Amino acid sequence: MSPSERQLERQRFRRRRSLIRGAVAAVSTVLILGGLAVIVTQSPGWPRVHRTFFDWNDAKDAFPSIASAFVLNIRLFLVIEVLVLIVGIIVAIVRVVPSPALAPIKLLAIVYADVFRGTPTLLVVLLVGFGVPALELQGTPTSLFWLGVIALTLSYGAYVAEVIRAGILSIHPTQWASGRALGLTYGQTMRHIVLPQAIRRVAPPLLNDFVSLQKDTALLSTIGLVEALRQAQVISGHYFIFTPYVVAALFFIAATIPLARLTDFLTVRSLRRENGI
Amino acid sequence: MAETVLRADAVRKSFGDQEVLKGIDLEVTQGEVICLIGASGSGKSTLLRCLNLLEQVDDGDIWLDDQEITDPRIDVDKVRRSVGIVFQAYNLFPHLSVLDNIVLGPVKALGHKRADAHDQAVELLDRIGLADKAKAYPDALSGGQQQRVALVRAMAMQPKVLLLDEITSALDPMLVGDVLDVIRALRSEGMTIVMATHEMSFAREIADRVVFLCEGQIEEIGTPEQIFTAPRSPRTAEFLTRYLG
Repeated sequence: MSPSERQLERQRFRRRRSLIRGAVAAVSTVLILGGLAVIVTQSPGWPRVHRTFFDWNDAKDAFPSIASAFVLNIRLFLVIEVLVLIVGIIVAIVRVVPSPALAPIKLLAIVYADVFRGTPTLLVVLLVGFGVPALELQGTPTSLFWLGVIALTLSYGAYVAEVIRAGILSIHPTQWASGRALGLTYGQTMRHIVLPQAIRRVAPPLLNDFVSLQKDTALLSTIGLVEALRQAQVISGHYFIFTPYVVAALFFIAATIPLARLTDFLTVRSLRRENGI
Repeated sequence: MAETVLRADAVRKSFGDQEVLKGIDLEVTQGEVICLIGASGSGKSTLLRCLNLLEQVDDGDIWLDDQEITDPRIDVDKVRRSVGIVFQAYNLFPHLSVLDNIVLGPVKALGHKRADAHDQAVELLDRIGLADKAKAYPDALSGGQQQRVALVRAMAMQPKVLLLDEITSALDPMLVGDVLDVIRALRSEGMTIVMATHEMSFAREIADRVVFLCEGQIEEIGTPEQIFTAPRSPRTAEFLTRYLG
């Protein structure tokens, strides 16, 4: 059946309207971005800024050494992300389990979350990085890599635990009741029913914390790990140019993009499956 | 005389200052269908949740066969495996397919082999005409289909008693019929059922006994014929006139 005259007229109008809207968006984007570019490049200090921050040859020279230093950042955040997730889930579960036997551990979990969320990450890094080896205790790690891993895991584990706890508490009580009514134990209900739903629900804020964590691996330069930022600093100090910082920044940006796309993909996939779209 | 499956003895339950159950005595015999009727807040849901041990009673005891299940020393999970319950809504696990929803209990709680549980689930789904939805996720189903799957999921645990807590209340009238058909089928297979419901005509049709709850007490208990045509208590009569118009 062919659409009615009225419907055809509506479609023509909608097409025309979206064309006009597209044109307005394009023109205003060009105007605003172009205007900004003009203001920046016409500023009196631009030639010097251009030379020190955005020099193509400096960037090319700095690229290989910063790239190989960034491998350390990647190793760091991959290890830390896994550990943070484990710590976060354990602490979150300890805080929601209604067992009175766990009271002392619960208290510990609360103190942990409060202390490490409240302390600046840089401070945690310095305390763990310099404080733990100074204890000279048997068995404490002395490798800077693992000290760095411990520091950031402690700090981010506290954030992630709170996010996951919020996710667990947001699951409808009937889901708990349904699981228990099937004769599943508390642990089985948590593991198979509540936690999978909770993690999915909090995936976006979780990703946010992970992006933040990836950037904060740069803080580990303060305890002597030569990662991308530190490497950029070295080159910058040597030649008195700032372009290496911009190169390092681009690496950090590039590293967060796959994570964002992965989360988008997972979210869309579970939406599609569960809603049958 | 058929054997008693489930028995409540002077069961009391309060939430804060609110006394929701004020001493309930009820005996459920093998193969019997009992309908709990009464206004919202009369204690129907709380009674069902107590029978499944989802709520702890404040006093009185509950017996399943010859075991006192209100004894704190018993294994609660084991009891729940033989007492199924379906709620008004949010029964199904949205992150699992229909099939996985049904298979989860038998595999994790009963320790059945996955393949066996799978075959049983397919067969049960086939019986309620939802075999083609096995791979679907709950949110892709209509409310009526979801409740039918929830019933099947409870049945997959092969419970001794099935408790139904207003399972059609959140459905639009067009979908209620399909769910009630499943309950009819369960009854004809000899399932013991205790259900809270607002579907008076269905209660009249399916129940062996109807229990009228009022303010946390059993006001009247009798055959559907007697309750609906010749209620003894004036409060029952009043409730029914308001409901049936």
